[in-house]
Amino acid sequence: MSKLFPKSANKLPLQIVIYVGVLAGIATAGVTYYMTPKYTRVGYAPVQPVPFSHAQHVQEVGLDCRYCHSNVDKSGHSNVPAAQTCMNCHGTIKPNSPALAVVRESFEKNTPVPWVWIHKTPDFAFFNHAIHVNRGISCVECHGPVNQMETVTHMQPLSMAFCLDCHRDPAPRLRAPGDVYNLDSRTLADQGRADEAQNYIHDWKLMPPQSCSGCHR
Amino acid sequence: MAHASESTVGAPAILREVKPAVLPRAILVEHGRSFSWITDKISGIIEGKTPGWWWVCFILACFVASFTVGGITYLVATGVGVWGHANPVNWAWDIVNFVFWIGIGHAGTLISAILCLLRQKWRTSINRAAEAMTIFAVVCAAIFPVFHVGRIWYAWYLFPIPNSNVIWQNFRSPLEWDVFAVSTYGTVSVLFWYVGLIPDLAVLRDRFYAAGNKLRSFLYGLFAMGWRGSNRHWSNYEMAYLILAGVSTPLVLSVHTIVSFDFAVSLLPGWHTTIFPPYFVAGAIFSGFGMVLTLMLPLRAVYGLQDLITQYHIDCMCKITLATGTIVGYAYGMEFFIAWYGANPYEGFAFINRAFGHYAWAYWIMISCNVITPQFFWFRKVRENTTLVWVLSIFVNVGMWFERFVIIVTSLARDFLPSSWGYYSPSIVEIFTFFGTFGVFSVLFLLFIRFLPIMPMAELKAVTPQADVHGGHHGDHKTGLGDPASVEQGGPQP
Repeated sequence: MSKLFPKSANKLPLQIVIYVGVLAGIATAGVTYYMTPKYTRVGYAPVQPVPFSHAQHVQEVGLDCRYCHSNVDKSGHSNVPAAQTCMNCHGTIKPNSPALAVVRESFEKNTPVPWVWIHKTPDFAFFNHAIHVNRGISCVECHGPVNQMETVTHMQPLSMAFCLDCHRDPAPRLRAPGDVYNLDSRTLADQGRADEAQNYIHDWKLMPPQSCSGCHR
Repeated sequence: MAHASESTVGAPAILREVKPAVLPRAILVEHGRSFSWITDKISGIIEGKTPGWWWVCFILACFVASFTVGGITYLVATGVGVWGHANPVNWAWDIVNFVFWIGIGHAGTLISAILCLLRQKWRTSINRAAEAMTIFAVVCAAIFPVFHVGRIWYAWYLFPIPNSNVIWQNFRSPLEWDVFAVSTYGTVSVLFWYVGLIPDLAVLRDRFYAAGNKLRSFLYGLFAMGWRGSNRHWSNYEMAYLILAGVSTPLVLSVHTIVSFDFAVSLLPGWHTTIFPPYFVAGAIFSGFGMVLTLMLPLRAVYGLQDLITQYHIDCMCKITLATGTIVGYAYGMEFFIAWYGANPYEGFAFINRAFGHYAWAYWIMISCNVITPQFFWFRKVRENTTLVWVLSIFVNVGMWFERFVIIVTSLARDFLPSSWGYYSPSIVEIFTFFGTFGVFSVLFLLFIRFLPIMPMAELKAVTPQADVHGGHHGDHKTGLGDPASVEQGGPQP
């Protein structure tokens, strides 16, 4: 019978290997860039019902994180403040501002302000705010420099890799206990106080869990 | 052997006194069938009109296979909870079925690899179909662990691929070893099967071309990859085949050894035993040969292949089934002995519970099918009764399924603490899924016998009597080139 394969078919194996290699490379690069949380989550900054500026409240007013997120150091869950907390000041400061209409309505009707949730932990992952802030992990590590944000933006991937990076080696991310809520502070390691960080790890028995059940309870 | 009587001329005098019996070599292709008869016979199965029984079987097989499709579709849509296993029996039919199907594949690998290296020429009639059986059995086996994952789209977690969770598989876990063992096994089996097919695909290419069927000629030609049967082709082919046989030989032992580690590496009474690897391998070959008999005997009858699958072939398969079945029976006994001799109360309880507990019915089905059934193969009368051999081979398959059920479920249902005891029954979804895999297997096997040569034509010709350089005149030392007897005579006499 006639030849099915021309002589050039002898090059096919090499060509197939090269094509498949290039395609696999492109697919791998594409998936790595576009389908991981570094791309899918970082940069998320939804429009909120109230144009609340963290920058203004922290930098100008000088509020501590815990004035509003009052349970962050006591509870696994960091609470978003009730309208009452806003009204503590805004009952007298800018009481008629149109930007605060939603807050006033919420306060009067006793319904929550419909904030858009940005930093979501999946429901199969357990995260405890209190243990982190009480052991020298500042808000800024996961939430970024919120104190400078006009609009809150998702700054870190919050992927499992992100968690594990720190759980496997917490020392470079530790702050002195007094610096945790000072988002402009530097870590102990950055201040050249790595020894102190090691002491904290020893004295506080910092052993962040790396087993599955540490977070997936 | 055939040379025995002649060898005595130059051999020690003792041989002349004891007169060793002349054992004729078994004829592997009967009735002096010619080379062209073999080609016509095997190719004719593919070239002929699709038989009516094939369509009936195929439609039936598709119907049965739809149960698996339905079962796993429901599972993926709903969740893995639709299967019946729950604490404490978290492994049940899924793993039973996985081990069952993986085990069946072992006969194919044994026939293609070990029997090839040992130059057991009777393998040629059955190796192609047995290798096909291996591949289709691995396909059926893979369904269960993959869908046991539940969220099937995460099944890639089984493979060590860098991911944004920066976690790796637990390389100390036998379950991960399983992934590598089974995927290697599947890959090598496919390669072995395909390499063996190449010369036969070229034959079909040429025959369909001569018959004017351009499309099928093209398709067979595509997969024959330009095979012309030149000396160099055959030389490369033989080398590739030998290398693959060498690579596959450890796989015959390793795959089921590692499957047995899934249990043996744990600490559960009834699982934590060192006898598991050899016991599982023997069981796998036992069940595999059972399945080969189940498949080949009907094929032999339907296609009139009695000259190619002779009584000698059936005898050989029955004897391997008998040998491995007896090893399995020995292992059952030895497990009990060690449970008593080891004086571990939990281990002792596990085995007494197997034989007399809630699942005793399964245990005794296992014992009757696996230990008693093969013993019939001691008798020539039984081996020569094809129908009976076929029925017994079915019992072997049933028994080996129950063996895995007994091992997996009874141990989990009754572990150390009475507070964590339970009883497992399969859900309807599991039953459907397992039932359907016989359809999946049958669909694939029916397509195989319809479109691919069920026996390696080239290799069969090499084992015909007329392919022998002695022209079938064994012992004719005056003409026999390379006959050890003639060499001895030509050499210096002591």
